Amino acid sequence: MKYIKLLSAVAVFVASAAYAEENVVNIYNWSDYVAEDTIKNFEKSTGIKVVYDVFDSNELLESKMLSGSSGYDVVVPSFQFMARQIQAGVFLKIDKPLLTNYKNLDKNIMSILEGNDPGNAYGVPYMMFTTGIGYNIEKVKERISEDKIGSWDMIFDPETSSKLADCGITLLDAPTEIMAAALNYLGKDPTTENVEDLKAAMELTLSIRKNIRYFHSSQYINDLANGDICVSVGYSGDIFQARDRAAEAKQGVNVTYVIPKEGAQVGFDMMAIPDDAPHKENAHKFINYILEGKVAADISNYVFYANPNTAANEFVAKEVLNNPGIYPPEDVKKKLFALQPKSSRYDRTLTRAWTKIKTGQ
Amino acid sequence: MSSTTKKSSFIKSIFQAPPFRWTKKLLGKIGFSGRGLVIAVPTIWLLVFFLIPFLVIAKISLSEALIARPPYSSLLEWDSDGLLQISLNFGNYYYLIDDALYIIAYLNSFKIATISTIFCLLIGYPIAYYIAKSPENKRNILLMLIILPFWTSFLLRVYSWIGFFKANGIINAALLNLGIISEPLIMLQTDFAVYVGIVYTYLPFMILPLYSNLVKLDDILLEASADLGGRPMISFFKITLPLSVPGIIAGSMLVLIPAVGEFVIPALLGGPDTLMIGRVLWDEFFSNRDWPVASAVSIIMLVVLILPVMWIQNKQNSNLGES
Repeated sequence: MKYIKLLSAVAVFVASAAYAEENVVNIYNWSDYVAEDTIKNFEKSTGIKVVYDVFDSNELLESKMLSGSSGYDVVVPSFQFMARQIQAGVFLKIDKPLLTNYKNLDKNIMSILEGNDPGNAYGVPYMMFTTGIGYNIEKVKERISEDKIGSWDMIFDPETSSKLADCGITLLDAPTEIMAAALNYLGKDPTTENVEDLKAAMELTLSIRKNIRYFHSSQYINDLANGDICVSVGYSGDIFQARDRAAEAKQGVNVTYVIPKEGAQVGFDMMAIPDDAPHKENAHKFINYILEGKVAADISNYVFYANPNTAANEFVAKEVLNNPGIYPPEDVKKKLFALQPKSSRYDRTLTRAWTKIKTGQ
Repeated sequence: MSSTTKKSSFIKSIFQAPPFRWTKKLLGKIGFSGRGLVIAVPTIWLLVFFLIPFLVIAKISLSEALIARPPYSSLLEWDSDGLLQISLNFGNYYYLIDDALYIIAYLNSFKIATISTIFCLLIGYPIAYYIAKSPENKRNILLMLIILPFWTSFLLRVYSWIGFFKANGIINAALLNLGIISEPLIMLQTDFAVYVGIVYTYLPFMILPLYSNLVKLDDILLEASADLGGRPMISFFKITLPLSVPGIIAGSMLVLIPAVGEFVIPALLGGPDTLMIGRVLWDEFFSNRDWPVASAVSIIMLVVLILPVMWIQNKQNSNLGES
């Protein structure tokens, strides 16, 4: 008995020593989604060491969450994926009293998010994005008429996209987002679970399949900037980053982003804490740091995504705040739609349709 | 003669020394012999790293997908009366037959892997032959050159091909500057790039077993053939090639089997229409979150790959028995 006591005392000592020593926080965020100095500044102000890993697909993150013991303390799934992960019970409830900056969050946005996260119990919004079209201004102007530019016709109209095919059109390798865009283009409800509608969207995408160079969710940033491709369906901020890289390279490539006039998807990426996170307290500290107005604004200024932080607006650069592609004006906002989580059965049909689109099988 | 007997009796006496005798006795009591111990190491290895993972996958393939952690149902369930219920779901396997996609993906993977293996053989054989016929002091340097690329990350080496193949990459820039082409060739995201990637990556796995086979080839046989009037070509096809068949088989297996399940190379270099089973597996696992179907896909792949290997193994063994 004495030995057991001694042994457990030693074990507790070793464990606490290891715990105290390991003042770190493990972050798993999207690639190219943070300002250059965000992590450095957080480390400086809190003394917590950050281990920062990146991903470029919600699916990858989700399978890590579902396997468990990912070792991450903060992860950033998109909203509709987080909703399903909440169902699977993989997240810890946010301890709101620990977040002194929680009041900075935009009330309107928080109430939208409550739809799939009652009481905003599990998720804290990180950034907002739209899924639209990025393009090489000169090369597109050479090929198609002015009235087609800024419309989903650039992608889904076979005649228009065939004129652009030679200089390269790319789509995100994200079935939910592309099919939602196709459904919206067809005038159907993009949040539908109607299989017939999905079939119509698939047929539409198949009709322009031969004009698509590739399907990838991050490669287009560099390729657009280098002039390797002309038109990409992509995330707003990613395309603005491509624009800046192109401008820096001074190779005569000019890239811009547009929310197509028919409307586009608006998405939210959410910070959440896995229930088996090894450093829960540090995770809250990190989230709270991101919620500081100045920090959120610095990120927005760097990655060109809008933040849901009302305290940030005064720090966000004018050209970012007034850019309709980043902070859409009211009339554009009305045409935006948010995705909802779908049933497993529908997701399987969707993946199958996506394989059919990509491979023809 | 006498010195060897002395030596062996010396070794024997070591093994009869008390510590060895006692250990042997002790192990014998719990049912271990020296021979068993030697075999135990690879057995445990196979058990831990092959059989157990295989059984785990097989188990998942018989469950049902759920939105939970882990995302599949458990096969064994204690019901309220304390009865153990076992529920097996064979639907995942049925699903694979039901949709032609899976069969097409298997066949396509096999096609790509087979063609790559043939190219590896055509390129690897002359290289292995040359190394085996080089003077001994040169051989090690040449072998080193074959192994050297392994010091760089596999992923990095595949990525570097992107730099060669892309529209404004090295090959296109060279051809454009030389005036051979006027428009950049589209090489990236094609099956061609996948073949180049696979052949390049797996070539050493073909060369090394071929080399170790060819280096043992006795030159006296070739001399005898030449003495009897056989020209070099005839000697090669009648002597060298038949004797190197075990090397060819070993090399081909080492290339074919991993190439069938290859995911990274087609994902980086291939186009979206490069349909391989690795991609289908990825989709099942990540996009559908259907771990049971993903497991069923990999179980079938394993079975399909293991049967021909066993057949060849069997044939080789019986050949050995005959000779």
